[in-house]
Amino acid sequence: MNFPENLKYSKDHEWVQYTESGSALVGISDFAQSQLGALVFVNLPEVGETVEVGERFCDVESVKAVSDVYSPVTGTVKAVNEDLQDSPETINSDPYGAWIAEIEDITATDELMSASEYEAFCKEV
Amino acid sequence: MKLLFEKSIQGRSGKYLSECDVPMLDLPSGLERETPPGLPELAETDVSRHYSALESRTFGINDGFYPLGSCTMKYNPKINEKVSSLPGFTGLHPLQPVDSVQGMLEALYLADTYLAQITGMDKMTLQPAAGAHGEFAGLLLFKKYHEERGDTARTKVIVPDSAHGTNPATASMCGMSVVKLPSGGDGCIDMEKLRAVVGPDTAGIMLTNPNTLGIFESNILEITKIVHEAGGLCYYDGANLNAIAGVMRPGDMGFDCIHLNLHKTFSTPHGGGGPGSGAVGCKDFLIKYLPGPQINKAGETYRFEASPQSFGNLLAFYGNALTVLRALAFIMAYGKDGLPRMSQHAVLNANYLKHRLSERFRIFNRGLCMHEFVISMEREAKEHGVAAIDMAKSFLDNGMMAPTMYFPLIVKEALMVEPTETEGKETLDNVADIYIRLYDEAMANPEAAKLFPRNTVIGRPDEVEAARNPRVRYK
Repeated sequence: MNFPENLKYSKDHEWVQYTESGSALVGISDFAQSQLGALVFVNLPEVGETVEVGERFCDVESVKAVSDVYSPVTGTVKAVNEDLQDSPETINSDPYGAWIAEIEDITATDELMSASEYEAFCKEV
Repeated sequence: MKLLFEKSIQGRSGKYLSECDVPMLDLPSGLERETPPGLPELAETDVSRHYSALESRTFGINDGFYPLGSCTMKYNPKINEKVSSLPGFTGLHPLQPVDSVQGMLEALYLADTYLAQITGMDKMTLQPAAGAHGEFAGLLLFKKYHEERGDTARTKVIVPDSAHGTNPATASMCGMSVVKLPSGGDGCIDMEKLRAVVGPDTAGIMLTNPNTLGIFESNILEITKIVHEAGGLCYYDGANLNAIAGVMRPGDMGFDCIHLNLHKTFSTPHGGGGPGSGAVGCKDFLIKYLPGPQINKAGETYRFEASPQSFGNLLAFYGNALTVLRALAFIMAYGKDGLPRMSQHAVLNANYLKHRLSERFRIFNRGLCMHEFVISMEREAKEHGVAAIDMAKSFLDNGMMAPTMYFPLIVKEALMVEPTETEGKETLDNVADIYIRLYDEAMANPEAAKLFPRNTVIGRPDEVEAARNPRVRYK
């Protein structure tokens, strides 16, 4: 299981990577994708939509179930990763490359964990 | 197996009737098709054998144990078929004059009356064609009720995280948003969380009781009271009625509206395309919004009456009437004393099987369950690599249908077992022996467990590929 040091993690298993401009790329963790199994569909948010900490902003569908993805930050969707629409499996093969959305104008952030804290958190789940 | 289209031989036909002696009528030009339809050409024997071969590849309740949790796959008594195939019913046209269909109307009215009595509702509509269709009707009633009162801010529907997936889907289809209510550790509604989410935006709550874990929500009166005091309405998803029919009534629990899956509790055909029936019942104050024309009785005659405040029609006519007749036959055959025994035996069977299986399997329900129980294979999956799907596939190889898998979502590696009342003790004992043997074999050899099923028509389909790249038509 991979927990890159340069990312922050939420207890709902999203990862956050801050960019130089202050926006944040958001995706789901390696642990999350392994729990969900092979993904077959990603329902992306819309650009310009506002998202809130702890609120559902996207859902991902595996063969077993549809699962909500919760936003780790409050802000506005600047961009979405359109490639995921045709190849949702990228989240399985490269969870930290497969960002879901870029959020800007961030006004609040969930209590996020470091890589080591998140790794310990996953062991307890 | 080849399709009928692939078996077609040009010029072959099953035609043995004499030539048609009615003059052909030419359609006005422009209405005729340019090429004949590409229908398969076969002899009647070949068609008949084709469908018999298909039938032999399917598995139904008449073939063996079918414990699909929350689906209530019970035996369909033959008396249902006898009643619904009476020519006085099958020969009717939905647009016949009302005075020529009084018998059918009386039968449907009777079904309405009995179903309302069983559920504690005041009136039913028999129009919805399936459970989710019924849910849709129910939430449209809620919506109409709030709209008529000018209470338009009520757009949120509370749905527990253990609910059937159709509940949140229905709320979305009705243009409302879903508030997901996390269950407490015991799998029931967390009362504090419920109190926290109700408010002036609450349109209502959708609930099954017993819930999808087979647990009766013992706080149900408090739950419906909290929602009512917040100004919302309470919807009962009748999918699990088989645990309580004839014993308890959702109307007495405080529910305002209910749908019934006649193809579950009331033994009409299920799983092969039905057709189903999602009869919806409601309390007095919602009757005026019900869909379609209602059958009412005036003196000794029955007639259709449409309410001007009805939210509209859900089907072209009056619902799957012959299916309703099957349910009516079932209710009348069981009677007032038989229905409670049906539910009690459903609960007894579930508890007996649960007790037998608890020798090996970890079962979510502590203590007694209602009509179904949920096994969790989480530990076996983690520690031995034997997942719920491996067990399910091994059951298929042993002449029985698998339980519902990976549902409810709040239990990991779930197998949800609902034996229903129509299985005898010998069947349950045999099933328990097979489950335990397969469990032991899988744990002794997890690699071999991945190879199930070996004896079925197909092995393990590639579900991921099927979902990502579905081929939905014959080319």
